[in-house]
Amino acid sequence: MKIVVCIKQVPDTTEVKINPQTNTLIRDGVPSIINPYDLHAIEAALDIKEMMDASVTVLTMGPPQAENALRDAAAMGADDVALLTDKVFAGSDSWATAYALSCAIKKVGYDLIICGKQAIDGDTGQVGPAVAEFLNIPHVSYVSKFSSLNGDAITVRRLMDDGYDIVEVSLPALITVVRELNQPRLPSLKGKIRAKKIEIKRLNHTDINVPPKNVGVEGSPTQVKNIFAPAVKKDRRMLEGTADHQVEELIEALRCIRCI
Amino acid sequence: MDYFFNEEQQMVKDLVRQIAQDKVIPVRAELDEREEFPHEIIKVLAQSDLFGLFIPEEYGGLGKGAVELCIAVEELSRACLGVSTSYAANALGTYPLLLFGSKEQKERYLPDIASGRRLVAFGLTEANAGSDAAGIQTTAVKDGDDYRLNGTKQWITNGSEAEIYTIVAITDKSKGARGASAFILEKDTEGFTFGKKEKKMGIRASVTCELVFNNCRVPKDNLLSREGMGFIVAMKTLDQSRIGVGSQGVGVAQGAFEEALNFARHRVQFERPIIGFQAIQHMLADMAIQIEAARALVYSVARYMDSGAKEITKDSAIAKTFATDVAMKVTTDAVQIMGGSGYMREYPVEKMMRDAKILQIYEGTNQIQRNVICQSLIKEAARQGTKK
Ligand SMILES: Cc1cc2nc3c(=O)[nH]c(=O)nc-3n(C[C@H](O)[C@H](O)[C@H](O)COP(=O)(O)OP(=O)(O)OC[C@H]3O[C@@H](n4cnc5c(N)ncnc54)[C@H](O)[C@@H]3O)c2cc1C
Ligand SMILES: Cc1cc2nc3c(=O)[nH]c(=O)nc-3n(C[C@H](O)[C@H](O)[C@H](O)COP(=O)(O)OP(=O)(O)OC[C@H]3O[C@@H](n4cnc5c(N)ncnc54)[C@H](O)[C@@H]3O)c2cc1C
Repeated sequence: MKIVVCIKQVPDTTEVKINPQTNTLIRDGVPSIINPYDLHAIEAALDIKEMMDASVTVLTMGPPQAENALRDAAAMGADDVALLTDKVFAGSDSWATAYALSCAIKKVGYDLIICGKQAIDGDTGQVGPAVAEFLNIPHVSYVSKFSSLNGDAITVRRLMDDGYDIVEVSLPALITVVRELNQPRLPSLKGKIRAKKIEIKRLNHTDINVPPKNVGVEGSPTQVKNIFAPAVKKDRRMLEGTADHQVEELIEALRCIRCI
Repeated sequence: MDYFFNEEQQMVKDLVRQIAQDKVIPVRAELDEREEFPHEIIKVLAQSDLFGLFIPEEYGGLGKGAVELCIAVEELSRACLGVSTSYAANALGTYPLLLFGSKEQKERYLPDIASGRRLVAFGLTEANAGSDAAGIQTTAVKDGDDYRLNGTKQWITNGSEAEIYTIVAITDKSKGARGASAFILEKDTEGFTFGKKEKKMGIRASVTCELVFNNCRVPKDNLLSREGMGFIVAMKTLDQSRIGVGSQGVGVAQGAFEEALNFARHRVQFERPIIGFQAIQHMLADMAIQIEAARALVYSVARYMDSGAKEITKDSAIAKTFATDVAMKVTTDAVQIMGGSGYMREYPVEKMMRDAKILQIYEGTNQIQRNVICQSLIKEAARQGTKK
C-alpha cells in the first residue's frame, strides 16, 4: 500500500500575527514546526506501515526551508520525502495549494492520502478535501479512529460535533485526521541519523505538469477581505421521528424564521 | 561551556532532552509518589533506539561509546534520577556480555537488548556482601550440562522488570575471590523467583528487588568467560559503568540548579527578588562552578575511555566521586535557596535531593571509591619509585 502524507510547515505559535495592510500572515522571526495535526497524520501512516506492507511518502509544498519539516518526518520513520517548491507557487491559496499537491500526488502514486484536519496558521481545513476533489477520489475528514483496514477499503470513525460516524470508504481515498486518533511518536536516533542524509526529492511546476497560471497568486481565486473568529451559535434543535415527519418539521421551522 | 560534541552526539542530547521534557517531567512526581516503574518511558526510550546506543552495530545497536551514553544519562537525570537509574542499570547489566560474552552469547542476547525488547539487570550485592563483594554466598554448582544456583541477591535494580540478568556466584569456595563466576540468567528460569521489593528514600521510579535462586538451573552455555572470572567480570563492568553514575550526578545537579535559579529570580522578599541578595548569588555561583567542573571531568574521562584507554579505574572513580558529591551538595543547596517551597513536594527539588543521595552509595560507595583511588596512587607511586 502506498501512503502519501501531506504536511505543512507552520510558525511555532498559535497566535499568528497578520499584516493589516495586506491581510497576509507575518511569518518572519517565528520558528517553524510541522503543523501539529500533521504529526498525527504521519503517525497514522507509520502505524499502518507497522501492521502491513506499506510505504510512506511525506509531501509538502512550501519554500526551500520546508526541507526541515521533511527531515523531521523522515526522523520519525517516513520512507521518502518530497518537497514541492517553485517560485510560481508563492501566494497560492487553499485552492491552488490543493491543485498543486494533487498533481504531485498523481506523480508519486497513492492508495491512501492522509492530511491533518487543518493547519494551525491558515486554519481553513480545505486543503485535504480539495486534494481529494482534484483527484476525484472519496475523502473522510476528522478521522479519530481506524477500525479496519485492508488493501481495498478502510473503516474509520469520523468525529462530529455531537458523536461520531463510522464510515467505510474504498481505496484510493483521502482522510484528514484529528488529535484523538493517536499519539505521535518522537523521532528515533537511527531515524535522525538517516534523516540528516536522506535525499529530498524536489519537484517544481514542470515536474508535475502544472501551468504557472493555475497556481500562485494568479491561480488563486480567494481574496482575503477580513479575518475573524466565527461566533459560536449554540441554539440547535435536533429533529426526530420518521424522515417524512422531520422534513415537515424542518419546512415549518424554516418558514418560521422566514428562510423560505 | 561548549563540550565540542559532534553532530550525532548533539542529536543524542537533543532527542533525550525532548523525551525528558515531553515524557518524563510531566509524570516524574507521580512515579515517585506511587513508586511506579516507568513502563511507558522505557517504551519510548526503546522506540528512540536509546537502548542500542552503546551496543555494536553488528548486533543492531548504534555502536557509540561512553560519551554518548553519558550524554543520554545526563539528560534523563536532569529530569528524573529514578528513570535514569532504570536506564543506566540496563547498561550495567549489559557490560558483562559486551566485555566478556562469546560471539554466540552476544548474538543471542544483544539484538533484543539493543532494541529495548528485553531489559537487563546486574546482580552482585547480597545481604552480607555490599562494599565487600568478595563476601558473596550465592553458589553455582556444576551438574551435568548445567549449573545449579542457590542463594539470594539483594537490592538489584530492575529486578523483576528485567528479562535478562547477569549474576555473580561462587563456583569454588576454596579459591576465595578467584572462585567466583558470572552467568547470564533469563527470567522465568525454573527456581528463579523475586523476593522483597524495597521501599526507598529516593529514585522511587526505579525498582530494587531481591533475586532468589532455589536450585535454579543455568545451562553451562550461559557461563560468561571462564570459571573463576566472576570478580574480574564484575570489576571491569563497574569500571565501565561508573562514569554513568558521574553523569547522573551532573544531570540531577543541573536540574536542581535550574529550578533554584528560576525560583530565585521570581521569589520576592524584602521587596526584591531574592536573587538580589549576595548570599543567594554566591550559592548559585558555587553551584554553577561545581556543576561545570563535574561535567568537564565526566566528559574528559568518558572521552579517555572511548579512546581505548586500558587503565580507567582511578579516573572513573575520581569522576564518579566528584560528580556525585557535587550532586548531593547542589541539590541540598537548591532546597535551601527555595526555602519552604523547596521542601514541599509541589516543587521538584526535594525529590532531587532525596534521589541524589543514592549516587554516593551505589556502584561502590564514595568511601570505597576513595579507597580505590588511593590504591591506584600507591601503585603508581611504587612504579615511579622503582624507576628512580
Ligand atoms: C490570514 C490568511 C491570509 C492568507 N493570505 C493569502 C494570500 O494573500 N494569498 C493567498 O493566495 N492565500 C492566502 N491564504 C491561504 C494560504 O495560502 C493557506 O494557508 C494555504 O493554502 C493552506 O491552507 P490552510 O493553511 O488553511 O491549510 P488547511 O487546509 O487548514 O490544511 C489542512 C491540511 O492540508 C495539508 N496541507 C495544507 N497546506 C499544505 C502544504 N503547503 N503542503 C502540504 N500539505 C498541506 C496538511 O495536511 C494540513 O493539515 C491566507 C490564509 C490566511 C489564514
Ligand atoms: C537503590 C539501590 C540500588 C542498587 N542496585 C544494585 C544493583 O543493581 N546491583 C547490585 O549488585 N547492587 C546494587 N546495589 C547495591 C550497592 O551497590 C551497595 O549498596 C553498595 O555497594 C554498598 O554496599 P552496602 O550498602 O552493603 O554498604 P556497606 O558495605 O555495608 O557499607 C556501609 C558503610 O560503610 C562504609 N564502608 C564499608 N567498607 C568500607 C571501607 N573498607 N572503608 C571505608 N568505608 C567503608 C561504606 O562506605 C558505607 O558508608 C544497590 C543499592 C541500592 C541502595
